[in-house]
Amino acid sequence: MKAIDVENLSRRFGKIEAVKEISFAIEEGEIFGFLGPNGAGKTTTINMLCTLLRPGGGSARVNGFDIVRQRSDVRRSIGLVFQQSTLDEQLSAEQNLRFHGYAYGVPAALREQRIHDLLTMVELYDRRQHKVRTFSGGMKRRLEIARGLLHLPRVLFLDEPTLGLDPQTRKHIWDYLHDLRQRENLTIFLTTHYMDEAENCGRIAVIDHGRIVAMDTPDGLKNAVGGDLVTFSTADAQAAAQFVREQYHVEPQIQDGQVRFHVTSGETFLPDFVREFPQRLLSVGLRRPTLEDVFLSLTGHEIRDSELDAKDLMRQHMQRWQR
Amino acid sequence: MTEIWRGVWVVAYREILRFVGDRARFLSSFAMPLLFLIIFGAGFTRTIGALAQGVNYIQFMYPGIIAMTVLTSSLFAGMSVVADREFGFLKEILVAPIGRTGIVLGKAAGGSLVALIQALVMLVLAPILGVKLTPTLVLSLIPVVIILSLGLSSLGVLIASFMQSQQGFQLFVQILIFPLIFLAGVFFPVNNVPAWMEIISKVNPLTYGVDAIRQIFLGSAHGLGVTVFGHVMTVPSEMALVGVLGAFLLLGAVIVFNRQE
Ligand SMILES: Nc1ncnc2c1ncn2[C@@H]1O[C@H](COP(=O)(O)OP(=O)(O)O)[C@@H](O)[C@H]1O
Ligand SMILES: [Mg+2]
Repeated sequence: MKAIDVENLSRRFGKIEAVKEISFAIEEGEIFGFLGPNGAGKTTTINMLCTLLRPGGGSARVNGFDIVRQRSDVRRSIGLVFQQSTLDEQLSAEQNLRFHGYAYGVPAALREQRIHDLLTMVELYDRRQHKVRTFSGGMKRRLEIARGLLHLPRVLFLDEPTLGLDPQTRKHIWDYLHDLRQRENLTIFLTTHYMDEAENCGRIAVIDHGRIVAMDTPDGLKNAVGGDLVTFSTADAQAAAQFVREQYHVEPQIQDGQVRFHVTSGETFLPDFVREFPQRLLSVGLRRPTLEDVFLSLTGHEIRDSELDAKDLMRQHMQRWQR
Repeated sequence: MTEIWRGVWVVAYREILRFVGDRARFLSSFAMPLLFLIIFGAGFTRTIGALAQGVNYIQFMYPGIIAMTVLTSSLFAGMSVVADREFGFLKEILVAPIGRTGIVLGKAAGGSLVALIQALVMLVLAPILGVKLTPTLVLSLIPVVIILSLGLSSLGVLIASFMQSQQGFQLFVQILIFPLIFLAGVFFPVNNVPAWMEIISKVNPLTYGVDAIRQIFLGSAHGLGVTVFGHVMTVPSEMALVGVLGAFLLLGAVIVFNRQE
């Protein structure tokens, strides 16, 4: 059985088509990531899969349960960490977890055992009686992850789990997630717009404007761009590009006076290239393509663009308020 | 069905937990009733004298003030729905396997319990005001307060379903509370007022809640009870009226909450 099986799932809000006929399947035990800019439709997809939002079209099964007809079964079998905090800040860490245990009908002995184990795991056991109001952003996120796992879900959904956290805390959270997946044989579905974060996933679906534009392992995606990236500079970039085109049958790009092109297995290609190239080389570079390169070549725009837009909008709002 | 019951009790349990954990809210909820009791009581008791045999003004007003405490406290069950929406906790409740109906019933039940606690705390004033408390009085007060507050918390949740911000909710409820209280016979008997006011007061369901609580404290012999078409209302008939209306409000809240995304 697939952990998650989605077929032609769609959803619109008025005129906006937030999610357009997406299909994918996730195996049990996978870490699967949705990578896309703000407004791509990531949260909308999660909301449909966790039964908070009715799909506009298509169907999906989570742990074998239909997300429209078997909502309670879906809910009981999944854990959720939303983009924005959903903790009760007036209650203590322990009270938040206990409430969750009651709400999901976890038997008392198991509940107390899980509360103890999970709080220890996310290193909040000493703070269990403190009100959540006094916690830092990273502590809250850790507590939410612990809460999402209390009722022994088989799939954990994480919507931008490290948004707004500093790099150190982000790494910390990822250590937990990898550890968890091994310990609890958990399937993890997460969304992110951080490229480096997507590297942690077994497989990635790249989503843009509500559509899945590519889906593969991080390495597979990078290979699909055309392998490793070779960059070099010489006195005459145009002539050099002409040489590359004729000799290796690839289409090079010239950017900032540098010639760039993709080759498969760059390590063995580079020595030959240096020997064969007729002019004097000023510099030569070789690097693996990043997911940034993948996103750019798939969508024609950088993921940062839209992120900046959102931040700018926010800043404008703030300024308007302060006036 | 078990899901609904589990929902009712976890949601209600959290309301109590939050109420108990928030001392400031607990104390401030008594500020207004006490203010009215002290200022109006001190101001009017001597001027007005006895309203009926053995009933002075402050003794007349006191049961009404308890009803007023129940009203404000219950309506604010809705406030917790709006606050949960604003702070995100509502999502945690909405995705739990407890169902929307359980959530609404739990909020209403929680609000009602909090109101009952506050009404009972108000009883400590009785000896100071010269009102005699008996076990029978307290025991008959409890169901009346529960019926009244269940209806009013349902109204609070119903209003909350249409409100996005706490400020919006607060403003709306404040505007609603004052006419409801002033035209419910809290401060003066509604039988002896201009006709327009009498009509409004007797249409106001809170009037019957106030009168029922007053009859429990002062008995029905004082002749200040609410009359409808010449009949003096009895506590059971008033409770039936308030209860039926409350049931409709609760049903309305359940339906509206279930429809929303
Ligand atoms: N409740 C809603 N009402 C109207 N539009 C919405 C709503 N939720 C999301 N959208 C729109 O749907 C699109 C996808 O949003 P979302 O799924 O939140 O994106 P992401 O999580 O990838 O940033 C956006 O254009 C957003 O404005
Ligand atoms: Mg999102």
